Amino acid sequence: MSSKVDIPEITRNPGTDLDLDWALSAQANTSAIERRCRGLPGRRSIKKANQAAWLLRAVTCIDLTTLAGDDTENRVRRLCGKSRFPVRNDLLEALGFEPGSITTGAVCVYHEMVPTAAKALAGTTIPVAAVSTGFPAGLSPYTLRLAEIGESVRAGAKEIDIVISRRHVLTQNWQALYDEMKCFRLACGDAHVKAILATGELGTLRNVARASLVCMMAGADFIKTSTGKEGINATLPVSLTMIRQIRDYFDRTGYHVGYKPAGGISKAKQALTYLSLMKEELGNRWLNPDLFRFGASSLLGDIERQLEHFVTGHYSAAHRHAIG
Amino acid sequence: MKVKEILETMDYGAAPESPQPALEWIAKHQADFGLFINGDLVKPKDRESIGSKNPATNEFLAAICQAEQADVDEAVNAARSAQPGWEKLGGGGRARFLYALARLVQKHSRLFAVLESLDNGKPIRESRDLDVPLVARHFYFHAGAAQLMEKEMPDRAATGVAAQVIPWNFPLLMLAWKIAPALAMGNTVVIKPAEYTSLTALLFAEICIEAGLPRGVLNIVTGDGRVGEKIVVHPDVDKVAFTGSTEVGRKIRRATAGQGKELTLELGGKSPYLVFDDADLDSAVEGLVDAIWFNQGQVCCAGSRLFVQEGVAEVFHRKLKARMDRLRVGNPMDKSIDLGAIVDPVQLNSIRESVEAGLKEGGVAHVSSCKMPESGCFYPPTFIADVDPACRLMQEEIFGPVLVGTTFRTPDEAVSLANNTRYGLASSIWTENVNLALDLAPKIICGVAWINSTNQFDASAGFGGRRESGFGREGGWEGLRAYTRPIDRSTDPVKKITARTGNATPVGNEIDRTPKLFIGGRQMRPDSGYSFPIFSSTGQQLALVGRGNRKDVRNAVEAANSARSWGKSTAHLRAQILYYLAENLSVRSNEFADRIVSMTGVDKPSAACEVELSIDRLFTYAAWADKYDGSIHGTPIRGVALAMNEPVGVVGIICPDEFPLLGLISSIAPALAMGNSVVVIPSEPYPLSATDLYQVFETSDLPSGIVNLITAKHDEVIEALAGHMEVDAVWYFGSSGHSERIETASATNLKRTWVNHGFARNWSDSNQGEGKEFLSQSVEVKNIWIPYGE
Repeated sequence: MSSKVDIPEITRNPGTDLDLDWALSAQANTSAIERRCRGLPGRRSIKKANQAAWLLRAVTCIDLTTLAGDDTENRVRRLCGKSRFPVRNDLLEALGFEPGSITTGAVCVYHEMVPTAAKALAGTTIPVAAVSTGFPAGLSPYTLRLAEIGESVRAGAKEIDIVISRRHVLTQNWQALYDEMKCFRLACGDAHVKAILATGELGTLRNVARASLVCMMAGADFIKTSTGKEGINATLPVSLTMIRQIRDYFDRTGYHVGYKPAGGISKAKQALTYLSLMKEELGNRWLNPDLFRFGASSLLGDIERQLEHFVTGHYSAAHRHAIG
Repeated sequence: MKVKEILETMDYGAAPESPQPALEWIAKHQADFGLFINGDLVKPKDRESIGSKNPATNEFLAAICQAEQADVDEAVNAARSAQPGWEKLGGGGRARFLYALARLVQKHSRLFAVLESLDNGKPIRESRDLDVPLVARHFYFHAGAAQLMEKEMPDRAATGVAAQVIPWNFPLLMLAWKIAPALAMGNTVVIKPAEYTSLTALLFAEICIEAGLPRGVLNIVTGDGRVGEKIVVHPDVDKVAFTGSTEVGRKIRRATAGQGKELTLELGGKSPYLVFDDADLDSAVEGLVDAIWFNQGQVCCAGSRLFVQEGVAEVFHRKLKARMDRLRVGNPMDKSIDLGAIVDPVQLNSIRESVEAGLKEGGVAHVSSCKMPESGCFYPPTFIADVDPACRLMQEEIFGPVLVGTTFRTPDEAVSLANNTRYGLASSIWTENVNLALDLAPKIICGVAWINSTNQFDASAGFGGRRESGFGREGGWEGLRAYTRPIDRSTDPVKKITARTGNATPVGNEIDRTPKLFIGGRQMRPDSGYSFPIFSSTGQQLALVGRGNRKDVRNAVEAANSARSWGKSTAHLRAQILYYLAENLSVRSNEFADRIVSMTGVDKPSAACEVELSIDRLFTYAAWADKYDGSIHGTPIRGVALAMNEPVGVVGIICPDEFPLLGLISSIAPALAMGNSVVVIPSEPYPLSATDLYQVFETSDLPSGIVNLITAKHDEVIEALAGHMEVDAVWYFGSSGHSERIETASATNLKRTWVNHGFARNWSDSNQGEGKEFLSQSVEVKNIWIPYGE
């Protein structure tokens, strides 16, 4: 039995022309956004069975990630194993699910690890995501960045996480950002493209809002906060800013764009807050893995422990759950 | 299977807070409460009782005692007996107790929060995260205020016994707002909580016992409005503080008129919420959730009038409606709801009736599609668009989760719409343009302005209103004034000065001089066409002065109102004009001294001294004009809360009868220095120093309309002046005992009053005749909250 919820498939965002009037009218008031984010966890408390269900949903939205210089094929295979069985089968059964019915949203690796991951995940529905375009800084030659996308797609990646040129945002060169993003999207072909804004390097929430819009106009399937390598990665204020742009984009164009916060989300409680933020601002449709992902490596471990606590009534320990 | 179903629906589910600890506390008291008098929880026999209910379920919680006159007397007596000792304990000693109360509130924080939500119906999230922490913060802040009082406020002393009446919307928080500053400054208190919501006050009484608060320092009497009336009119009370409806505030103003009590009122509001086209619209929508759906909209400063710039109105309204539909209304004890219950069926009906009646006049209502509880006292979040200013929905306070709105075109129009109200409590301004925000905040008539935010509160920042939202501030240094009086206050009665009499023959054969009235910068004949004679101390007629009447008052107020731009002139300019006045008066000092001699019969050196002091006083206020600074409060935001001193507006001044020149100059100069325009009724027996001043005014570059003088029989004009609704404050220093009439008449528009209650003031003494007391009466403190950060 599958854990996949029956949801209508979305039409992929084809992008729009660059509408600078729109993009430049986007405002983001930092203090007000922070206030909303401070208040949210207190406004939405999710307990007991609801919490267990929400945490399982969070698991299905995780891009289980390894992006380290010392990654090896065995390391990546192990991670893929964890993505297929992210929660212990006895816990799943206790929660009313078939063993193996819950998987993570994807496995996310560097290009060199794509074939290994694709092989390990063959026969599953779990896609391989590859970070690309000179990740994390995005400053390698433009032609090589474009070529890297093609290589990864050919190697079996179904999702490409590109990094934008931060300098285009910082110099307000929106046309260049739009053109770059559009070419990346073209290079991806049928693979879905997630645009990493590296929000920690964009200086202001206003820049984050405008870059989000421009990337969506250029055809991003997802917008994503961070590489995980910046000083500041996903935060609630950045997330609120980005998903409000997603909502505006949907309201104006009718196209769904997904959201992926990455880096810095390691606790089950944070995952619940992010899910409730998505539900509050965008609605239930955005609580599915086709429109929402966590870029995280240690989040899963905390969720597993919380799930065991729900099932047994006792606080759990990390060593009782398989490592990835 | 349940988890599996939830995985499909992704519902929040219930997150209930247990009411058990609060219910056990109620049960411990057999659900039957008495009063807190002189340090004891007492249960007087044979009293009526009032049932306190849980509005979410309509279940009975406890019986509250309806106090009677004997109980009120006992409470006031206890407070009176305790007051000297409490004051003598010193600021440091009182600080210890306030600190203990702060700590005890924190130690029992959850019990307070749960009990508050049960009794009032507000979401546990709000009582837990907002009300109770602010209560603790208030006691901490005022522990500090007590500690610093002797050093920082050396010229102020405790007012005495304070009678306080608080509303049901923030039962414990309003209690803290009232008693913390009162106790800090050395006052003792008799407080009456609202009859719907008395339980947390009674729990608070227990922690006062726990803290060892000296007996009688705080007394709590419960019951309905009849009890409130008994405590505010009690003859042994020195100070009355009330938070509640404008109508009751008006009654209290009238009931206490002439009793010599200090009064502060924090009343209703219909606060504007302005959204400009460059605002962060999503954040402004979210701000509205805090503005009008906080505490079910039962907030005096709720942003209940929405004004959106036309170009973004459609998109803003769409976003707002979408947000409204995601609000959650339900059991206040559920941690995941946004709106709880309306406090009582009476209030629920009042909201329903306001909306039904209002919609007949126009407006398009959007009611949140959120799921509503099937029983209990609930009202859905509602937004009514296209409401014209002429509709009652735009004018009358609804005090529920109902937002009304319309659009505007320009910043000027936004200000006009915002100020088109009898109220003046708060405002919220949303724009990313710092120039616009900081230009508008001073232009909107209110006591609190929030830039890109709303409903921000802190003990360090003053809160309070203008117009019919009341007067006085609570919180901050400015709030401490309301619980102190000047140390140098005289307790001698003011000496009645009667006009001289004599024969009607003018002195000598000089050319006839005609002292007219001075209105709008011109010398005008009195409307009545009558004059009255002024005789010298030796019984000779000195002049016939115009006998001003209510129409002259009307004309003078109109002129003063047209001259409000004086308040926007630079302080440097105002200083220059006051110096120039002094200079021109000085040139004619001998003539002014002679005039004083002839009218009053004092010797020439005394009269010359009065002129010199008058010149000195002009110098003093010219000096103050650009130095009576506002401040920046230490609020817990990343940003600033500017406490700005603004002119009160149009001030009516009835001058002292004694000191014909010095009394007049001493009372108008501070008002002018702070940017007010004044309507002055000079000394009735000695008006000629005032009429002699016209030429000095005319030669001193005084803009027309900022000083208007009406010679008159005080008796004939004070009500016209004190009752005039365009007048923002009225001061009375006369010797004819009109304080009560003025306070009564002031209730029309609830203007500020400053009257002598028959006590003298030594105008030649610089401690009594000038200084900060005068300056603070000349300004309104506006707190402008400016969060920043990019």
